[in-house]
Amino acid sequence: MKCRFSKSAILSLLCATFFFPISVVAEDSMPERIEFNRHIRPILSNNCFFCHGPDRNKQQADLRLDRRDNATLDRDGHAAIVPGDAAASSLVQRILTEDLDDRMPPPDSNHTLSDHEKALLQAWIEQGAAYEAHWAYIAPKVVSPAAVDDTDWARTPVDAYLLGDLQVHQLSHGPEADPATLVRRLSFDLIGLPPTPAEVRAYTENASDDAYEQLVDRLLASPHFGERLAIYWLDLVRYADTVGYHGDQVRGVAPYRDYVIAAFNENMPFDQFTREQLAGDLLENPTLDQQIATGYNRLNMVTREGGAQDKDYLIRYAADRTRTTASVWLGSSLGCAQCHDHKFDPFSLEDFYRFSAFFADINEVGVQNDAGNEGPFPPYLRFPNEEQRTQIAALEGDMARINDALHSPTTPEGETTPAPTPDELKKELRKLEQAAFRLDQTIYHTAITETMEPQITRVLPRGNWMDESGEIVSPGVPEFLGGLWMNGARPTRLDLANWITDPRNPLTARTFVNRLWKLYFGTGISKVLDDLGSQGEWPTHPELLDYLAVEFMDSGWDVKHVIKLMVMSSAYRQSSQADATLKNLDPYNRLVARQSRFRLEAELVRDNALSVSGLLSKAMGGPSAKPYQPAGYYQELNFPTREYEQDTGENLYRRGVYTHWQRTFLHPSLLAFDAPTREECTAERPISNSPLQALVLLNDPIFVEAARVFAQRILEEGGSTDEEKITWAYLATLSRAPQEAERAILMSLVTKNRSIFSEHPERAEAFLSVGERPVPEGLDRLQLAAWSAASRALFNTHEMIYRY
Amino acid sequence: MDPINHYMLNQTRRQFLGQSARGIGSMALASLLGTGRADAGAAAPEQWKGITNPTHGLPKAKRVIYLYMAGGPSHLESFDYKPELARLDGQPMPTSFTQGEQLAQLQGMELKCMGSQFPFAKHGVSGQEISSVFPHTASIADDICIIRSMKTDQINHDPAHTLMNTGTNISGRPSMGSWLLYGLGSECENLPGFVVLTSKGGRNPQPLASRQWHSGFLPSKFQGVPFQSIGDPVHYVSRPPGIDMAQQRDLVDSVQALNALHDEVVHEDEIATRISQYEMAFRMQTSVPDLVDISNEPKHVLESYGTEGADGSFAFNCLLARRLAERGVRFIQLYHRGWDHHNDLKSYMETCCGYVDKATAALVNDLKQRGMLEDTLIVWGGEFGRTPMVQGNKGGPGRDHHVNGFSIWMAGGGIKPGMTYGATDDLGYNAVENVVTVHDFHATMLHQLGIDHKKLTFRFQGRDFRLTDVHGNVVKDILV
Repeated sequence: MKCRFSKSAILSLLCATFFFPISVVAEDSMPERIEFNRHIRPILSNNCFFCHGPDRNKQQADLRLDRRDNATLDRDGHAAIVPGDAAASSLVQRILTEDLDDRMPPPDSNHTLSDHEKALLQAWIEQGAAYEAHWAYIAPKVVSPAAVDDTDWARTPVDAYLLGDLQVHQLSHGPEADPATLVRRLSFDLIGLPPTPAEVRAYTENASDDAYEQLVDRLLASPHFGERLAIYWLDLVRYADTVGYHGDQVRGVAPYRDYVIAAFNENMPFDQFTREQLAGDLLENPTLDQQIATGYNRLNMVTREGGAQDKDYLIRYAADRTRTTASVWLGSSLGCAQCHDHKFDPFSLEDFYRFSAFFADINEVGVQNDAGNEGPFPPYLRFPNEEQRTQIAALEGDMARINDALHSPTTPEGETTPAPTPDELKKELRKLEQAAFRLDQTIYHTAITETMEPQITRVLPRGNWMDESGEIVSPGVPEFLGGLWMNGARPTRLDLANWITDPRNPLTARTFVNRLWKLYFGTGISKVLDDLGSQGEWPTHPELLDYLAVEFMDSGWDVKHVIKLMVMSSAYRQSSQADATLKNLDPYNRLVARQSRFRLEAELVRDNALSVSGLLSKAMGGPSAKPYQPAGYYQELNFPTREYEQDTGENLYRRGVYTHWQRTFLHPSLLAFDAPTREECTAERPISNSPLQALVLLNDPIFVEAARVFAQRILEEGGSTDEEKITWAYLATLSRAPQEAERAILMSLVTKNRSIFSEHPERAEAFLSVGERPVPEGLDRLQLAAWSAASRALFNTHEMIYRY
Repeated sequence: MDPINHYMLNQTRRQFLGQSARGIGSMALASLLGTGRADAGAAAPEQWKGITNPTHGLPKAKRVIYLYMAGGPSHLESFDYKPELARLDGQPMPTSFTQGEQLAQLQGMELKCMGSQFPFAKHGVSGQEISSVFPHTASIADDICIIRSMKTDQINHDPAHTLMNTGTNISGRPSMGSWLLYGLGSECENLPGFVVLTSKGGRNPQPLASRQWHSGFLPSKFQGVPFQSIGDPVHYVSRPPGIDMAQQRDLVDSVQALNALHDEVVHEDEIATRISQYEMAFRMQTSVPDLVDISNEPKHVLESYGTEGADGSFAFNCLLARRLAERGVRFIQLYHRGWDHHNDLKSYMETCCGYVDKATAALVNDLKQRGMLEDTLIVWGGEFGRTPMVQGNKGGPGRDHHVNGFSIWMAGGGIKPGMTYGATDDLGYNAVENVVTVHDFHATMLHQLGIDHKKLTFRFQGRDFRLTDVHGNVVKDILV
């Protein structure tokens, strides 16, 4: 990468722009035509809807500013809004008045309008106070991108939409990133693993016109693609290995995780993916995979705390499913309507309970505490192996014999010993039952959805489960989103899934493509990934978002197709380098005149180090893996108390996506790098930068071991001279050659460590003992310890854990 | 704009403009070349100074020590004297109290009254009523403010803890300590700003979840850092075996230098933050062992707390809490996990108080003596109280979970000392006078730290979230 400016040049530019702030993103200029959705709705929603919006119980003075008919209603000769006459509008009088008793929003609301916002409201009323339905609640439509000058650059429609906006802001797109950066970026984004030096070289040396596309296609076809995308999906659906409440016992649903990975790898159409998870059990002759997929409905937290009431918790589970499903597929905060009408969007209290009634047929227990602390959470699908099958058959045989003996208590002919008494038989039977229970616990299993006669669903005033005064509701979707397009008696989860993926549904495709965009460009086109509603953000590029949503649906919900559209664009291929002017004009890169940069996700920080070292296991699927973990980490767990049973061998080196996800005590290294506990739907992980992260990379045994094993590779593969070795190490970790100054730093580090360890060989031995992977016979152990310092340094660099 | 982004942007701008001659890179390089160690005059870490800076109001407290009695200690055996309940001992609980109420393990059982298992007496000049099982707390009666009218709405441990710590029973929201760090930042440059210590002893302990100190939707740098009693006090704070401090310093210096060189090429603002976080991490590798090394504490101090050394006990943790407070840690939470007394209430109360009572009083006295009580807010309490009705499924009599009225106490940090506030009814069932909800309690705590609970918000899922949700009133009557 070439440095475009020296630091002092940047400094002077920064100063220059500091005194003459021109920001393209802070919208403080008065637009010629005021648009309700873009300019006005955010102001009203943020400041007014709380008391003058959709919530029936909060409406003050019967005034609703979310509806034009109500806002313009004549009230004794006054109207809040008089279209075309700002001065006559009481809304304007009330926001401008100096009288604090009359001022809106009231001073004690902690809301204030800026002068710019006041001016916008007035101008909008002057222009006729036109309302628009909220953008996300209208079906997406393709609007052709504006004509652009730079047709060479605009390889794809994605580029054309972006370029139009850049031209408006008199900005130009950035240069293409260098080839090595492109390969790294694509590898991390699509498969979550770094490229090997050979892969970087192959791309750099590939002269064919479609070299880039070949690379994209290869990565999209990799089995690691599914693993990488699954991380994101598993955050959304809050996949975990344990139940989350109280004793946080293991529930077992790993096959669902593998289903998700396989579905992404096979490029299962997203509508099918949706149907199978929400209602796979209701499909005709469901396949094994379709049953496994219904584990989705069982991923909510559950409890077996003593004293917990069944009904209380069944209602918590239903509410959890409702808010999660709305977040996952609709990008909606329907969950807000559990206790009251939504304050900003037209979801009513009834909407919430109608939506939750879709799930009322799920067979489950509120508080599953009949089988002790370690009992199961059925229903399950079980996958016994051959040995377990044999054991089951044997146990069943024994139990049958005892049952027979109990029913016909005679001594068989020829037997001399007296027959066991019924009490002895019963004791024996109990023993066998306990053995069967213990065996059952060891069988690989997955929680699934079983349907039953639907339970009654009532509207719960204030969400109170003890209040049975609310009306009984049947399954249904919010009216304003178009109602259910279905026939038949009681709507089912399958009807819900079909409605979610109906092309007329305005939210589903937008929600998903917006989140994909975030994965590949750093920020959503609409920034609030879990709320496309009134409190969400007006998209920076609404036409682009709609184009992608429509393309997604028209392609048959083809996930890889949409991803390919994004990563093939010139916009995606831009360098992430920004000069100071651009950084200042567009600090959050909302105009995409460059690529974004971000830290790798927690799982990928681990995968990257393991991959580079050669330790990474490429095994896919199966029971969750238990890597090294600090001793005593589970000491606050109880019912039952437990010790962490760390894996050994290859399972220590599995990808992060397979790590055992203990909700109440997630692995500390994952937690440090912002992995969510998955108790609730997470559409966007925060990205922080903390000292705990430094401690993990410096001292967590897996990173120490990976560095040592990487040092072994340096010695074995890195060439003969120290100089060659360092170049090799840089190429293997960071896909580039070192600068001279960097080389000098590592050389000096290795030299110092070499002398320390040769004076204290016992310390070298102590260091080499970290981790299970043995040091091969015949390797120079002193050299290995010394070079480990170099690999630890590289593994701790910012560049190692960043995607550029 | 996301408030954190906004803040960081300004910080970064300031930092850029402030660094005229020497970039961070040159500084780290200088240290590498031996012209000065990076830990001496190191890159002033870009430390989070809080979103509420300056504070909304004048802060009375700078920090909080929260003595969290997990399991739900009985208010009827501690701070809420109920002679009428004693009179009705063994008689049916009047149904006017319990009709249509949600109960936990007593649901559907026969309900009978049980009077306090311990006598009460008035203590101190203030004459506060405290039971005989808390003799040491009784000795600091004039320093504490007892609130007898607490109310929660979660009757099972897990959701009740979540409500008490995060202001809602729904998972995924930041805990109060995380809100405080987000709001105020930390005054400590070599320890985390929010530290959690746990101990147990008493009845079979209820589990705890890291949710109780998680940062929820706030960045993870605001999460509570649990100090372990087994192994490293802080995860991964120890160097790998065979690596001494000088070697680790060399390694960190090399990393810093490599990062600085990389920054010259890519101009990435996060690199400066990364460099300062590595400095903090390195300092923690010394400061954490220093913190837990109590060899220079005088004998009389150890005796007053009732600890001999690092044994993971509540007493030791109280001593650590004082040491953490001295070092500027913002929020220190101590859990004692033995208070779920469904049975054998009397003996378990004696056990728990044996672990907790003396050290608690010692902590208050120690802070007072050092002049730190006035700006340290101390809270003592659990997630709920216990029923006036007896529970007796096994062993001696006990009490079930109870949400409608229970007691906590607060001290220091601008809270009126020697005061009893609020009251439950004659049987200790319902808080009836000056009711204090969990949200009110949170609002009051934030207020003492200079924060208006309605103004400390974070936008998530399109909504401005607060610790107090849409509720909460500052309990002004208990403020100095």
